This record gives sequence, structure tokens and C-alpha cells, in this order.
Amino acid sequence: MTTAGPIDTPSTSTATEPAVEAAPGGGTHSRTRQVGTLVAFGLGVLLLWEAVKWLGGVPWRFKDVLGTGLVIDYSPPFRFPFATDLNLPHWFNILGALAAPVQRNAQQSLGEFLVGAALYTWREAAIGFAVGALLGLVLATLFVHSRLLERAFVPYVIASQTIPIVALAPMIVYAFGPNVTSVVVIATYLTFFPVTIAMIRGLRAPDPRALELMRSYAAGRWATYRKVRLPASLPYLFTALKIAATASIVGAIIGEGPGGIPDGLGRAIINFNQQYISGPEKLWAAILVSSLLGVSFFVVIRAAELVVLRGRPGAAEG
Amino acid sequence: MDEARPKPGPATPGSVMPVGPATPVGPATPVVRIAAVDKTFVSDRARVTTALQGIDLEIRRGEFVSLIGPSGCGKSTLLRLIGDLVAPTAGRVTVNDKPADRARRDRDYGIVFQAPVLFDWRSVEDNVKLPLELMGYDAGRRTARAREMLELVELGDFLHHHPYQLSGGMQQRVAIARALAFEPSILLMDEPFGALDEMTRERMNQEVQRIWERTGITVVFVTHSIPEAVFLSSRAVVMSARPGRIIDIVEIDLPRPRDVVTREQRRYFELVTAVREALRRGGADELVADALGEGSGPAAGLIDRAAAEGGIG
Repeated sequence: MTTAGPIDTPSTSTATEPAVEAAPGGGTHSRTRQVGTLVAFGLGVLLLWEAVKWLGGVPWRFKDVLGTGLVIDYSPPFRFPFATDLNLPHWFNILGALAAPVQRNAQQSLGEFLVGAALYTWREAAIGFAVGALLGLVLATLFVHSRLLERAFVPYVIASQTIPIVALAPMIVYAFGPNVTSVVVIATYLTFFPVTIAMIRGLRAPDPRALELMRSYAAGRWATYRKVRLPASLPYLFTALKIAATASIVGAIIGEGPGGIPDGLGRAIINFNQQYISGPEKLWAAILVSSLLGVSFFVVIRAAELVVLRGRPGAAEG
Repeated sequence: MDEARPKPGPATPGSVMPVGPATPVGPATPVVRIAAVDKTFVSDRARVTTALQGIDLEIRRGEFVSLIGPSGCGKSTLLRLIGDLVAPTAGRVTVNDKPADRARRDRDYGIVFQAPVLFDWRSVEDNVKLPLELMGYDAGRRTARAREMLELVELGDFLHHHPYQLSGGMQQRVAIARALAFEPSILLMDEPFGALDEMTRERMNQEVQRIWERTGITVVFVTHSIPEAVFLSSRAVVMSARPGRIIDIVEIDLPRPRDVVTREQRRYFELVTAVREALRRGGADELVADALGEGSGPAAGLIDRAAAEGGIG
């Protein structure tokens, strides 16, 4: 009786506090369901799209249905102004435009052209993203360690984001010249903000007692930062990086206009905008590719998050 | 970047801890000397709260001293003063013949809070290794030491688990292993079992006694449970409500090792009564009934937590 046995090993304590064998990451089953839901929703949107056209689009004429020579005329019961072929092209026509040549007699398809432009834009965005994330991390680190700096500069950091980027972009181009640097600066500008704000919070996330514990270990600021503050802030960092990833794409696309960059999605969108009347599908296709680019960047960050936060509770929900 | 100087004479692995009787090694050597200490807190609106007033206390090497008192009596503050987590407003705290801040930088303190404060991103083993990393133990010694400590708290089979996979009691044992890993000379425990259910708490008391007997470490233990204080301590320091003063120091002369039977002996009840009477003299009537009578009073716990957050507890 004198030497105590195991106190509350799981076998004896299951009634009150079970030792949970948690399986972070969820099962493959839930993953399959997730994808299924996503696909089902996408198909639903496409169906709804065509339903709107069916109800309120322009009259259709099917000539020679399946080679039978039969002609079907269809006149929708309503006329929705937003559902004309100019305002809302059939989605299959948008996909068709991707496969068609980018210009008359061109070798390259619109899809190939847009993917090339997207990769070009992604490079600019990725550099801006990296610089912005680093800048945000450095700023947040400074602010968390100095109340004075925080009070002095955080209001300006916030104010910086109230300036419309379309107003600021030309000024940045004046400053840095019409080149890729300007575009990167614009992407950086949109990226550093969410990272700064989230990391101020994240670096302060540790329990005050964890910091006292570090104090009792006589750990300095740097050791505390490395061993406690930074690891505790990583979930916040990744939330910010996911926002920053999509923002950096938007920044790069917007910056390419005033920046005079001919090779990216920004210029393609401007061009197809001007040619909208003659081919609305091209602009829709460019928007589709832009959004796929943003989603892809997001997914890359999400994958990195899953790897870095592996083993933490709740890492799978992001 | 560490503000510490190297710990003199680092221990070799294996020579973990002096195993032997828990009686004081040098009966007259005080490890902690608190002389004429006051502590006041100034809140935002310049309201001054006196948390501690005129505290004199000596704690001898190898002693197990409990600080017990009603919520807001400053017992946690006193513990934090010893550990140099707060500075006294007046008076002096000397630890191992050094000012408390020197002792802290020499890593003389192991601390266990009411919450385990484990790091989610580290396995159980890596949590215990954290202080060792900071203190420059090499990889081999870190592993050996961490495993040894986890064996000591009987969690040797849970090295690779993550903290959230363990029960509350098990998490608190990891925290104890971590606090002992770097061989501090004093273990400071701030209501370590306040968040546990009564059954787990009694088992943890047994466990702490065993660890204390094996290591011979000096323990300062904050609690608001009379049974806990009497069961564990060599002396129970009874404190009054704000401003916190020491009303009485009750020598707990129950024979060791203590076990379940101890809790049923006449002497045990006499000592529980003695501590309760001392608390009553300190004006803790309602708290004697609430926090100290029927185990852990939830209301008292809440008040205490609120007080701790206000920096007074």
C-alpha cells in the first residue's frame, strides 16, 4: 500500500477521463464523401446555370438533331436580361472556347494560352506571396515584442489596406517602373497584411503560464520565440497564408495592367474584356482559369499545412 | 540567447536523484527564506490591492510545505514570489542563499501549474525534453533523462502519445516529469490537482508523496484542500484572507509513508481540525465549509481562478 501503483492509467480511468486514441486527419471515408459533395455541388451549379438559360435565355434552334434532319425550335417562357448568350454564355461553350484556337489561325488553343499566362502570373504572385509572408512575420514579431512599435505602426498597417489597390497600383508602377517588380510589390502589399494581423494574434496565442514556464527555465526571448511562440502560432499562420495565397493572385492580376506586363492573366483579362462583344466565352474562360489558379495555390498551402501541423488536434479541419 | 549561466556540476544520467529518506538532509539549512515580504498590485484604475503583508517564512531542505488558505489569500502569489515570477513590493526572497531571480536563472525551480500547460505539437517525451533542450543537454542525455522521468511518473508506455490523447491526471503527471527533468532543487506546485476529480486527486497525492520520497526534493505546494495539505505536508502554512498573512504553521507529524489508512487515523483528523481551526481564525468561515469541507467546492474554485486571473490568487 505504501508505494502507489499506476495512478490513473487508461484502463482504470476510462469511466471518467478516457485516454483517447485520436486519429487526426479523419478517415478516407470522410474524404471520399467530401469530394463527392464537392462534385455533386458543382454539377448542381451547372444544371442550375442551364435551367436559368432554359427559362429565360434566348430562343434556340436545333438543326438536324442527331442527323435526322429534324429541326426543333425552342423559345424560353421568360426573357432574363442577365441570361442572354452575351451575359451568360452556355458553360459548354466556355469549355469549347478553351479548346478552340486563341486567335484565328493560331496554333495555340485558348486553354494553352491561358494556362501559360496563369503560370506566368503565378510566378509573380508566388514571389509577392513569399516576400509578403516574410514581411508580415517580421512585422508581427516586432509588434509582439514591443508595445511601443505595435502602438506606433499597427494603425498604419491597417490604414494601408484601406487604400483601393486600383488607386495604389499605378503609383507603385511609377515608383518601380513598368516591370515585374511592380507587380510583385503589389502582390506583396496585399499579402503582408493578413499575415501580420494573424501572427500578432498567433505569437500571443501561448498560455501565459507557458511563458512563465519558459521564464522559469531562464529561456531568453529567442528561445521562447522558437520553442513556444512560433510553434503555437502556426495554425494562425496557415489561416493567414491561405488568405494571402488567393490575395496574391488577385494582386498580381490587377498589377499586370498598369505594370504593362503582356504575358500574364491580367493582360489577357483586359484584352478579352475589350473583345467581349465578339467573344464573351473568352473572358469567362479567363475568369475560370484565374479562379482555378487561386484555388490551386490555396490547395498547395493547405497541403503544406496538413504536413506541418501533422499530429496536432484539429489539424484536419482547416 | 539564454539568460542563464551554466548550471554548476551537471548531473550524469543515472545518478538521477538521491534516493533515501525524506528527512531533511541538513536539518537547519533553509532553502527558501522569505523575510518581511509585502506584495501589492496596482490595477488599471490605480486601485491598490494588498495581496500579501508581512510574510516571514523559512523552508528547509527536503521539506514538503503546503500553503493553504481561502481564495484570494495570496497563496499563489507567495509561490510565484518564491519562483521569481513576480517581484515583491517590499522584503526579500532568498533561495539557496541567492536572490530569487538568481536562483531562477540558475534553474533551481521546477514548476507545475493547475493546468498541465503541455505543448500540443510535441509528443509526451518531447514535452519532457523541452527544458533539457534549453539547458543544453545533448540528445542522448535528453532521451535518457526524459524516459527516466516518465518511468518515474509511470507513463513509460506513453512516450509517443500526444498530450491531448491523455487524461487530465496523466497530463499532470507529464507536467511533473517535465518539472523534475532538469533536477531543480525546489518543486513549486500551484494547485496542481485542483482541476481533477476527487478519486484521481487522491491517487495523485499518493503519487506525489512517492516521488517526493524518492527524490528528496523540496516541495512548495499551494492548495485549498485541507485533506490534501494534511496528507502531503511536513508543514502546512495557513494563510488568512486578503491581505494575505500567515496565521499559523501546523506541523504535520503523521508517520510516513502515508497511505489510505492514514486518512482514517485519529491523528489525521486532529490535524485536519487544527488546520480548519487556524483557517477559521483567519476569517475563512464560509470557505472552510465550502472549499475545504466537502472536497473541492466548485464555487471556491471559480473564485480562486478569477482571483488568479486578476493576479491576486
